Order: sequence, then structure tokens, then C-alpha cells
Amino acid sequence: MSAMLSLRNVWVEYGDKVVLERVDLDIAERSFVSIIGPSGAGKSTFLRLLLGQEAPTRGRILLDGQPLLPECGPDRGVVFQRYSVFPHLDARHNVLFGLECALAPLTGRLFGAARRRAMAEADAMLAAVGLGVNGHVYPAQMSGGMQQRLAIAQALVKKPRLLLLDEPFGALDPGIRADMHVLIGRLWREQALTIAMVTHDIGEAFALGTRVLTLDKRRHDPHAPHRFGATAVYDIALDRKLAASAASITIDENDNN
Amino acid sequence: MRLVNIRPTRRSAVLLGLAPLLLLVFAYLIASASRHAINPADKILPTPVAMVAAMHSLVAVPDPLSGTLLFWADTAASLSRLGLGLGISTLSALLVGLVLGLVPGVRATFGPLVTTIAVIPPIALLPILFIVFGLGEAAKVALIVIGILPFMIRDIAAHVEALPAEQMVKAQTLGASSWQLALRVALPQAMPRLIQAVRLSLGPAWVFLISAEAIASDVGLGYRIFLVRRYLSMEIILPYVAWITLLAILMDWALKQLSTRGFPWAHAK
Repeated sequence: MSAMLSLRNVWVEYGDKVVLERVDLDIAERSFVSIIGPSGAGKSTFLRLLLGQEAPTRGRILLDGQPLLPECGPDRGVVFQRYSVFPHLDARHNVLFGLECALAPLTGRLFGAARRRAMAEADAMLAAVGLGVNGHVYPAQMSGGMQQRLAIAQALVKKPRLLLLDEPFGALDPGIRADMHVLIGRLWREQALTIAMVTHDIGEAFALGTRVLTLDKRRHDPHAPHRFGATAVYDIALDRKLAASAASITIDENDNN
Repeated sequence: MRLVNIRPTRRSAVLLGLAPLLLLVFAYLIASASRHAINPADKILPTPVAMVAAMHSLVAVPDPLSGTLLFWADTAASLSRLGLGLGISTLSALLVGLVLGLVPGVRATFGPLVTTIAVIPPIALLPILFIVFGLGEAAKVALIVIGILPFMIRDIAAHVEALPAEQMVKAQTLGASSWQLALRVALPQAMPRLIQAVRLSLGPAWVFLISAEAIASDVGLGYRIFLVRRYLSMEIILPYVAWITLLAILMDWALKQLSTRGFPWAHAK
């Protein structure tokens, strides 16, 4: 499996505070990387790096061999814990937004046949996340779980190379969270996604991921705790699941994993 | 039951709201009647009959000098000045507020300027406006604009700036350009806030309008009130004030309707 995303000796520093140090990673295509770690260990900074919201102080990040631009773009999709859907658009138009941005640079809106085609695509995406009948519902009328489903649909309609999830299910009830785990697992397999997910929930990290990264500080100076940054202290590949997912795309009826 | 948990029904809320207003009218009538019982020529608290008689000559009898119906001419002049001032302010506030709220470079450049202008008392600029624009319509409209525009710009800019960063990042990952961010994300979400800002600006706008008309004008609701003040004509001043109040309430109500009908998502709870 080739590395789709590579981090080479990446450091992030704010002034004299080191947040991340010597991060060297390769993330393979179609992997599901869970990122865990204690609070303040740079999980969110790590995700902002991948998102392009922030540039590394040192080191390089390569996506498909090309240096990653330090600006968010449509090659990377994101779902945050909250506020990642547009409150002024109903579900359908939330999903339509990404398609309209690409096709109508000036008006931001589609008309006629192009609009109907995009609508059909948006409706199919809504159906895929289980919101098929909720096209006309506004986010304010949706439950937290529905809003996260919508945020996922919104991101996936752009077919991103990399889907970033920032504690996407952290604010949901346990029952809803289990449903969302099934959903994201299914979408990951069906749509051949590459996912990086930051989470606080270790169970979730291991249940969903094909690889679990733990960010933490390797060294600690009690007199200057801010001078050492976090890095990937554990990098656990869950090969059994990789094999299972590989089996599922070859449709092996005997594999009941 | 605790006082804070007793909620009036819809109908009783209307009745409760009307009660103080009716009480005020009733108190006026008693006060007016008792003053007239002592002095039938009292001018301070005129009777409703005197008000109707005075207003009739303004509303329905053409003015012998100009041939116009003064009340309606005053209303039209004031409303057109107010409408022009509010319109210019609203459009400019939307444009400038969006750009200030969205583009950090513009905010850094012009934010302090807007803040500075906003703290200048507009009435203090009125002489300058009269000198620059003359005593005509332009100076009056300009006073309204200068009076309310900086506040509206700051309000819209702050609202746009406070849109969740997650939303802005999300839009960018969906491929939105700066222009599309402004057009599809910030503008629609600024609209209900803009209407709210216009509603809040209505009060100050009326103050600036009446002030400008009081100082230099030959027609307008404010002009008339300050003109008849010389003759102690409370029977004209009071109905004019009531009329201004009614107009202001209607405008506020219409704007509120516009917001709830036009942007239902912003009012969903």
C-alpha cells in the first residue's frame, strides 16, 4: 500500500512553546487512522495541519507526493464536533453547496439541467447517510446525530482524498454514537475513503480504526514543560481489520469478520 | 406557584399589554378635564375635541399659502428623508460590514476608522453638514446616515466575524472561494442581523430626523412640531407625536415580519 499522505520531521511551535515535534508518519490510502492522546497533546493541532488551517514550523507534509498548501481546499473534507453545517440552508442545499461552489464560481448557484443533476447527486448522498426523507429540514430542527450525518454527507459529496473527523461523535448520546459508528464504517468501506479521526474515546478509536496513533510527550522537563512537544508515541496497526476490509471488497462470502 | 412561573395566555397577554396604554389615555383625559374645569382656555392639556378640530384643518383643509394638505405634506417629506437615510445606511452597512467582517486585512485597515467615527456625536456634525450640503434635503439625510451607519457597520462586521470558524473552514473544504464565502455563507447569515440592526436604528434615525427638521426646514413632522411650539399648540404637537409613534411602531412591525417570513431558519427555536 502506497503512502498517500506523508509527514516528514514536522514541528509545530508557537513562540517558544513546542506543540508537536519530530512527527514522521506515512498514512496509506484507504486507511482509517484514529488519533488519541491526553488533552493538550496536540491532537487538534495535528488535525489542523492535515486540514491546511496551519502550516508546520519545520518539516514537510506531502499529499500524493505534492507539498500540502497551507490553506483548506476541496481535496480534504472535514467534520467537526459542532457548527460544521450551514444553519441558513436546508439539508439538500447544505449538500448542494460544495457542488455549486465548484460549478458556479461567480453566482455560487446552479440553474436548469446542471442544478437538477447536482440535486440528484445531493439527494443520493443524503440517502447514503440515512437522511433521504429529510431534504427540506433545516439544521436547527435536526438532532445532533442528524446534523453530524448531514455534515458527513456534505463533505463526502466532494469526494475528498482525505476525510478528517474532529471528535465527530463526542457530543452524541451513546446509542446514536453506535449508529454513527456503523454509518461511518460502512461509508469508509463502500466509498474507499481515507479517514483521519481525532477522538477522546479509546473504544471508538480501536473499534473504527485500522491504525491507532497516540500523541503524547516523550520527554518532560519539569522546569520548562512547554519546551518539549508531543509526537506519535504509539502507532498500532490493526492488521486484522485491514485484512477484513480487504476481504470485504473482494466479496469473500466465507469471511464473517 | 412562584411568580416567575405564572405565564399569561396569549389573549390575556394582549389585554395586559393594552391595560397600561389605556390607563395612560384615561389619566390624560381626567387631567385634561380637571384643568379645563378650572380654566376653559387651558392650552397645556387640550381636550380630544380641540385636538380633532386642530388636526382637521391640517389633515383635510388645504393650506391657504401653499395649497397643500400640511399634515400629509409633512408626513411625506419626513418619511422620504427617513427612508432615504435608512436605505443608504442599510445598503452601505451590509456591504462594508461584510467586507470588514470577512477580510482580516480590511478589518485591520478600516476597523479603527469606523470605531472612531462611531463615537463622534452626530448632532455635533450638523453645522458642518449644513455648511457642506446647504440647508436642503441632503444635509438632513446625511445626518441620519452619519448617525446610524457606523453602529450598523460595526454590528454587521462583528456578527460576520463571530460566525463559527468551523463553518468557514468547512465551506473552504467544500471549495468555496472568498467571493463564494461572502455570497453564500456570510451574506445570508448577515441578513436577519441587518434587519435587527435597522430595527434598533429606527429610534436614533427618528431623533436625527426631527433634530435636523427642527433646525432648518420648511416642511416635515419635526418642523411642524417645533413651529407650533411658538403658539403653545399642544393640540397639534400631541397628535403629531402620536402619529410619529404609530409610524415607528408600524415600521418596526413590518421589519419584524420581513425577518420572520424571509429568514425563518433564523427564528426557529
